[in-house]
Amino acid sequence: MVEPVLSVRNLQVEIPLRKSLLRPVDNVSFDIAPGEILGVVGESGAGKSMTGNAIIGLLDRPAHICGGEVWLRGQRIDNLPPEAMRRIRGKGIGMVFQDPLTSLNPLLPIGAQLRETISEHLPVSNDEAAARAIAALEEVGIPGAARRVDAYPHEFSGGMRQRVVIALALCAEPGLVIADEPTTALDVSVQAQIIVLLKRLCRERGTAIMLVTHDMGVIAETADRVAVMYAGRLVELGPVREVLSAPCHPYTIGLMASTPLASQNRKRLNQIPGAMPRLDALPPGCAFQPRCTSAREVCGQGVGPDLTAGDGRAACWFTQAVSA
Amino acid sequence: MKTLVSINNLSRVFDVSRPWLNRLIERGSKEYLHAVSDVSLNIPAQSIYALVGESGSGKSTIGKIVVGLLEPSNGSVEIGGVDLARETDKATVARTRADIQMIFQDPYASLNPRWRVSDIVTEPVRARGGDISGLAERLLEQVGLSGEDAGKYPHEFSGGQRQRICIARALAAGPKLIVCDEPTSALDVSVQAQVLNLMSDLQEELGLTYLLISHDLTIVRHMADRVGVLYLGRLIEEAPCDDLFDNPRHPYTKMLLDAAPKLDGFGREVEPPKGEIPDPINPPSGCAFHPRCPLAIDRCKQESPQMQQIASSRVACFRAG
Ligand SMILES: Nc1ncnc2c1ncn2[C@@H]1O[C@H](COP(=O)(O)OP(=O)(O)O)[C@@H](O)[C@H]1O
Ligand SMILES: Nc1ncnc2c1ncn2[C@@H]1O[C@H](COP(=O)(O)OP(=O)(O)O)[C@@H](O)[C@H]1O
Ligand code: SF4
Ligand SMILES: [Mg+2]
Ligand SMILES: [Mg+2]
Repeated sequence: MVEPVLSVRNLQVEIPLRKSLLRPVDNVSFDIAPGEILGVVGESGAGKSMTGNAIIGLLDRPAHICGGEVWLRGQRIDNLPPEAMRRIRGKGIGMVFQDPLTSLNPLLPIGAQLRETISEHLPVSNDEAAARAIAALEEVGIPGAARRVDAYPHEFSGGMRQRVVIALALCAEPGLVIADEPTTALDVSVQAQIIVLLKRLCRERGTAIMLVTHDMGVIAETADRVAVMYAGRLVELGPVREVLSAPCHPYTIGLMASTPLASQNRKRLNQIPGAMPRLDALPPGCAFQPRCTSAREVCGQGVGPDLTAGDGRAACWFTQAVSA
Repeated sequence: MKTLVSINNLSRVFDVSRPWLNRLIERGSKEYLHAVSDVSLNIPAQSIYALVGESGSGKSTIGKIVVGLLEPSNGSVEIGGVDLARETDKATVARTRADIQMIFQDPYASLNPRWRVSDIVTEPVRARGGDISGLAERLLEQVGLSGEDAGKYPHEFSGGQRQRICIARALAAGPKLIVCDEPTSALDVSVQAQVLNLMSDLQEELGLTYLLISHDLTIVRHMADRVGVLYLGRLIEEAPCDDLFDNPRHPYTKMLLDAAPKLDGFGREVEPPKGEIPDPINPPSGCAFHPRCPLAIDRCKQESPQMQQIASSRVACFRAG
């Protein structure tokens, strides 16, 4: 087996508040192989962004990692000092967020930002860095790249800005890219362009991608494997085709049945009763238990099931029974 | 079926000029944005008509004109034969206004945080001096909340529950038409399903008509009877829902349907769409889609295609057949 680019083991994040201690990420484990796209899905507040931010060491205080390990190409990175972690961001891990402006400096031309990142992380001359900056923009499909290197972020459309961010995320040739809702703010046609671009770069360079999105369609077309999160926990993890077309966990089953299909008119949608619990009001046992139609007594007791509970794909005591 | 809403050659222009002093200094001229251009369509009573298109295509502008929040620059909208922009009889205007309601994308922004839910949902009736005894409780139960919620404030509810409150308020005056502008875009899938089911149930129960505005093709496919596709303020195709999705005729509709991610599209390789939506202040000549269109011919650059009937569809394209 190839060594994974990223290994996350029993990751836990906590937020100490005055009255309570929140666990927005609880016991999350997964790997991403070179050239693999892992999709991470879940409703808003499920802990997708927290997981990504914990991996790249960008948690906003008072949130912090309180357990588990993060390994990048065999190096443990969750306990590195801030300065070392800063070097890893860029060189080891590239980042793409929903709003491209969070990654771009509004006061600097885009070419200057690319050259700065390239020079910081790669042993190249200034001329070489400049040439690479233009090549990076060409690669992500910025028309007239050589002419536009001196333009500022606000001179680009939303879709073009996101391309620039992708160029920036990839210019130091990281092995891993974390893309958090990279197309959520974009129109369908531009989203399709960005997805094609991410897939191509992943394939050509063997970059591993953690793709966070709430859009199941994007996951289906883009990811190799998918991780489903609910209330800070991983509830199902497996090959994308299997998880989406034959889900095991009652939450994933409900989620898929409540998604309107592009091929059907006027079919009544499945409803999952209620809503995801707030972090300060998590039920004991399985966090999905109050909404679960398959729940039995054991589900509301003790520590909830993890991915090893059933057949290894879903965190549910009764996976077999449910999927059968 | 009887037509409830009739939109005729509707246009809306916004003056987006810089302030006159800037224009004077920069020698700029006045600039106009054609948000909606010459749109004509009919919505049959008790049906769901969906308007789709990417952001900036003019969906919300049409919705606001239909409910009377914006004036048309040209053309007209008639609701049950009444043109609110021209009607002079006060009683007719009041009755027609009560027939039309709107719900918006953001259930957080559209509820006054300092009002109790009972005051929020009964407001349209109180405003007309109607009887509101027991009304709040009845409306809340109708949208799947509890009568006991009437005394609470908006912040005590989740996003999905707030959208139910917005729907309850829209139902208060017993409307015929509800304009729903991206009603579930801010909601998670499982909550979206609850709201879409509720909308379907209410439509059947109360014989409502919806103008559903959405950029999400799966929702449109799921809900609509008829679909209109907008591009840069123009209606470029209109057809019964199944026909539009199974047999799109306009090159832009085809591009849009093809680009939308599919739930069963495992490993699908899409041919990425060409280009981006042009600047609406200086739209391309002729057919506004021609710079991105794989079928464009010379004529497309010069002439603007008119709507033509092809089978059950109306299409504005020289090459549609
Ligand atoms: N500073 C904070 N204080 C309390 N809760 C927080 C804070 N920051 C984030 N959270 C909570 O952490 C959870 C996970 O959030 P996030 O990772 O952003 O979710 P997702 O990206 O899946 O939508 C949410 O329930 C959110 O409310
Ligand atoms: N009040 C306004 N002033 C100037 N331009 C506007 C105004 N409202 C909308 N527009 C412009 O009109 C076009 C159509 O907008 P809108 O109807 O909101 O589109 P959609 O709802 O399809 O995203 C856009 O280009 C938008 O920027
Ligand atoms: S009119 Fe011409 S440019 Fe416009 S959609 Fe049809 S073929 Fe394409
Ligand atoms: Mg997030
Ligand atoms: Mg809109």
